[in-house]
Amino acid sequence: MAKQINIFIENRPGRLESITGILSENNINIRAFTIQDRGDFGLIKLIVDKPQQAHLILADRGLACALKDVLAISIPDKPGNLHRLTKILSQQNVNIVDTYGFVLEPGSKGVCCLEIQTDDDRFSRLQDLLAEEGFEILEDQQLYEL
Amino acid sequence: METDFFCHEIETLSREKLENLQLQRLREIIASAIKTSFYNKRLAKVGIKSPEDIKSIADVRKIPFTTKDDLRQNFPTGLLAVDMSDIVRIHSSSGTTGIPTVIYFTKDDLNSWTELVARSIYATGARKGDIFQNMMSYGLFTGGLGLHYGAERIGMTVIPVGGGNTKRQLQLMKDFKTTVLHITPSYLLHIHESMESHGFNTSDLSLKKAFIGAEPHSENTRLKLEELYGIDAYNSYGLSELSGPGLAFECKYKAGMHVWEDAYILEVIDPETGKNVEDGQEGEIVLTNLIRKGNPMIRYRTRDLAYVLTDSCKCGRTHRRLSRILGRTDDMLIINGVNVFPSQIEEVVMRIPEVGTNYQIYVDKIGALDRLTVKVEIYSKMFTGEVKQLDALKKKIAEELRASITIHPLIELHEPGALPVFEGKAKRVVDVRPSF
Repeated sequence: MAKQINIFIENRPGRLESITGILSENNINIRAFTIQDRGDFGLIKLIVDKPQQAHLILADRGLACALKDVLAISIPDKPGNLHRLTKILSQQNVNIVDTYGFVLEPGSKGVCCLEIQTDDDRFSRLQDLLAEEGFEILEDQQLYEL
Repeated sequence: METDFFCHEIETLSREKLENLQLQRLREIIASAIKTSFYNKRLAKVGIKSPEDIKSIADVRKIPFTTKDDLRQNFPTGLLAVDMSDIVRIHSSSGTTGIPTVIYFTKDDLNSWTELVARSIYATGARKGDIFQNMMSYGLFTGGLGLHYGAERIGMTVIPVGGGNTKRQLQLMKDFKTTVLHITPSYLLHIHESMESHGFNTSDLSLKKAFIGAEPHSENTRLKLEELYGIDAYNSYGLSELSGPGLAFECKYKAGMHVWEDAYILEVIDPETGKNVEDGQEGEIVLTNLIRKGNPMIRYRTRDLAYVLTDSCKCGRTHRRLSRILGRTDDMLIINGVNVFPSQIEEVVMRIPEVGTNYQIYVDKIGALDRLTVKVEIYSKMFTGEVKQLDALKKKIAEELRASITIHPLIELHEPGALPVFEGKAKRVVDVRPSF
């Protein structure tokens, strides 16, 4: 599975900048990011080209951060495709904790990153179903080097 | 104004007779104290082995002070002078750590305490026929039950509603034409501020008096409350170690709080040197309880700062009066009438593994009410990267603090290293409430 870095930050001006600054200094490329807002704090979620390295660097700077598995699904950039994906999840009774999407190649390919709540059995069934429906679950390198 | 007394003889005793009574009662308390494991050793060290070793009231000064720390170290029964089966009530208040201060009453102790509270209420002019709405917390806190039984003893009609739920308080005041309140000044201000939003106004109320206490306030606050409601507000003072309310109360002249000296020996000391200061000089209040035999308390250091008023009161009572409480000699916070020690908060916060070593206690006001915010840093090594962990952490800190300090604080989570680093715990407290 793909790796995502989750970083705890306070909700005040300059916090995101300090993170992007650290990553920039260390020549780490950000593929995608989102922020889960919780009022006075939030979580920055990042997909980067060198997740292990980025995690170490950020932790070294004293930030509370963690590497998390994320389900990154490649979706053809056409009407109706996200719906096909969410239908599978819903039929499998899988709850989505957080999600975000980004377009990798305009008109051709998008990616949906999903944090889901599920157990191992249901997860492997879900993987099978996704494959049957023609969705590709992206591995680390596929995602970072695209 | 003609003064009418609850207990004429005692309240107007000459100083000489009052001191004789104090001496006689001090000897009785010494006899009880000798039965406790704590005072037995402590009194023996200063050569007091029997009540007869006390020759004059000044001899009380030979006895070392009792502190909150002594109470903590001798928890739970080190100051108990009777068999537990003779105790009919237990009260408690916040300790400086997780160990609270416990107070025991025998049946006689409760009765004499209730008499003092009744005397205090009576001195304000409240009488049978008044409707008394008691908005102080009931339970372990002495403020609620103390005033409750004192008011009943006078024959007032008591509404034992306790604190909070403003709309219900207003409805009760309106329905039963409440004439007297027992309340913290900040809550009384808050009720006025929110009255309209609950659909009430002051013309719905029949209030005449309010007994205000449990938190420091200025003369201006009193005057403001009196004007807002068209009432008389009487200041009061008490602390659970000395049986809570009924210790010192203002009479109808509202010119300082009479300390009932037949029941307490009042001393004011220099908190640095421990030496007694003259009347009129500010210092720390030290009190000896002369009427609680089940749980003696001799020369208890209250940590409250005040001074004794030197002029006599127009009411004719001979018992000396105390100024308003001017501050504390320790770092205790009073938040909406609840006593909180920063060390209690530290103890809770530091035992939670997801929290780093730095924290801050922030106190401000929202309208008339105090608000406590506890700011903690996340401990990076324990962070799993999930929002649900952070949400659960906030809830856990709030719940554990509530269990310890009885109030529900706001919790703020901060990044590691984001809060200012201080050496001493006192500086971890940021109190931005207007001072008096």
